[in-house]
Amino acid sequence: MLIYISRRLLWTPVLMFVAGLFVFWLASCTPGDPAELMAGQRADPEAIERIRDRLGLNDPFMVQYTRYIADALKGDFGESYRYRGRDVLELLSPKLRVSLELNIVSYVVTLAIGLPLGFWTAMRQGTWKDPTSTTFMLLVYAMPVFFTAPFLILVFASWLNWIPVSGWSGMFSTQAILPAFTLGVPGAFVFMRFMRASTLDVLGQEYVRTAHGKGMGHMTVNRRHIARNALLPIITILGFSLAGLFGGSLVVELIYGIPGVSRLLLEAVFQRDYPVIMGMTLLGATMLAIANMVADIMYSVIDPRIRLRA
Amino acid sequence: MNDSRSIGSSRGEPTEFLEVGASDGIFSHAWNQLRKRKLALLSVCILLVLYTIGMLAPLVATHDYTETNLAKTQAAPDLENWLGTDRLGRDIFSRVVWGIQTTVILTVITSLTASFVLGLAAGMAAGYLRGIVDIVTTRTGEVVSVFPDILLLLIIVATVRPQFKEFGYWIEDNTFISGVISSGTIDYIVLGVAFLPLSWFGSMRLIRGQTLAIREAPYVDAARSMGVGTPTILLRHVLPNVITPLIVSVSFGMGGVALGEAIISFFGVGVQPPRPSLGVMIGDVTARTGSAAVETLRNHPEQLLPPIIVVWLMIFCWNILGDALNDILNPRAR
Repeated sequence: MLIYISRRLLWTPVLMFVAGLFVFWLASCTPGDPAELMAGQRADPEAIERIRDRLGLNDPFMVQYTRYIADALKGDFGESYRYRGRDVLELLSPKLRVSLELNIVSYVVTLAIGLPLGFWTAMRQGTWKDPTSTTFMLLVYAMPVFFTAPFLILVFASWLNWIPVSGWSGMFSTQAILPAFTLGVPGAFVFMRFMRASTLDVLGQEYVRTAHGKGMGHMTVNRRHIARNALLPIITILGFSLAGLFGGSLVVELIYGIPGVSRLLLEAVFQRDYPVIMGMTLLGATMLAIANMVADIMYSVIDPRIRLRA
Repeated sequence: MNDSRSIGSSRGEPTEFLEVGASDGIFSHAWNQLRKRKLALLSVCILLVLYTIGMLAPLVATHDYTETNLAKTQAAPDLENWLGTDRLGRDIFSRVVWGIQTTVILTVITSLTASFVLGLAAGMAAGYLRGIVDIVTTRTGEVVSVFPDILLLLIIVATVRPQFKEFGYWIEDNTFISGVISSGTIDYIVLGVAFLPLSWFGSMRLIRGQTLAIREAPYVDAARSMGVGTPTILLRHVLPNVITPLIVSVSFGMGGVALGEAIISFFGVGVQPPRPSLGVMIGDVTARTGSAAVETLRNHPEQLLPPIIVVWLMIFCWNILGDALNDILNPRAR
């Protein structure tokens, strides 16, 4: 158990180091000199050379990277090329917070819809309700975010005038409702499918039959024997399903005008503002890696079979 | 990996006939099963129609995708413009048709390169050879999969495009091939390259798992003991057994690629104007700042429908097809 966890804990930083190296290498491949970019168009070669020196751009690649990582660990992701003098972390963190909030609310919606629905359809396997709701959820899942988002805006804001739909004032405000549903509901399909499969697995187990045989109430068996065990394997997909959410959240932020990372990231991509891109990528990847790691460890804590196998 | 005694091995192979027969059976069985599922069959038909439209785009489109008619902007559908015109007076029907072509080209490129070539080769190599090959491929995949998908796509596209564009200009300048840039070929290559790291890992992991199981099978042992070379074993014994799970995973993946392209182009990073793409069409109405776009969304939201419905159908149909194929081809479920 301890070996498993510590192996996992040690592997994650290595993973992050190599992943960062990949982005850093991509950044160094692009044409265009960041020093020229920072110095402006009319700078003389000497000034550019000074900036190159100050940024350490003349050092070998690995030296530059190691220095970058060492600084990043201290929370210093460098300075944006575009917003002169602004620290990347200082630029990113308020936006990242908003994006994170949006993702969390959406995730709650996803789980709240997907898990019960998966359980429900599994219990009704063989009736028309099961394939119908599965197909319906697949239709919703396939609906691209850029359809649901403008559509919901039109209906709820333009026509019905129920809720304000642009901007963001925290995850518990009414403004969060539409984006959260836009982002969360399609994802529910994935959880529904997993939950359905895992419930069906549990339904065939002998302890379920035994529990029924003992004369336990249906509700008790459902809750205690079936739902609990069916939820176990779901934990492993909690981590990596976050990755899929993120892409959609970029679109949702853009359409709903939520001040998250979306616009900043796109600007950075267009302007090749690599410190911002690097910082964003590293932070995003770290969160994802940590989420995955926590999910794995949690799973091994809850399910002893995994522990013993490792 | 290095010995290939093809003549001797193919002659001394007892399972050859049986295997061909069996794999033949799987496909006809699959088709028979598929015919019974109405929804899956419908999806296949829709996909066939969409892909035919995409391939025959020059014939199907009624207008050129760049042709603007400023005398007739934001028009409702009529006989000349079947789905109306957008705010520059471009024919929406023709733009959707060309947009479908973009999606078709990209899904095909990605599934061929990432899944059927790279994923398959890496997966079989990792699963069969084990050792260092396995460790390197699996770990590389793990590194790539720590990035959120869309983020990785954005970064790669942004980084790779300038280089490829320069290469495109070089070709135009130094050879007799012209129109490399304007035809959008460069965009397709750039997006194809960007999808590569995202798409190969899934199929690689799948193929690896399958290969790991198959390499222990008695018939592989038998072939090995008879001196059949590794390439022959991989092609004759492993490949036919991993190809069906791969088909299932690819049909699930296609919808994802279609959506990925739409999202990237929606952001304005993917396929570049004037080349139309479904994502560009959607982004033009919803994501671009500026009063024209806002005005379009408010007064002509119906212009969003054609490109969105096509993307929607693509994702839905590929998923339904993947589901059906999974039920049919997955031996455990059978």
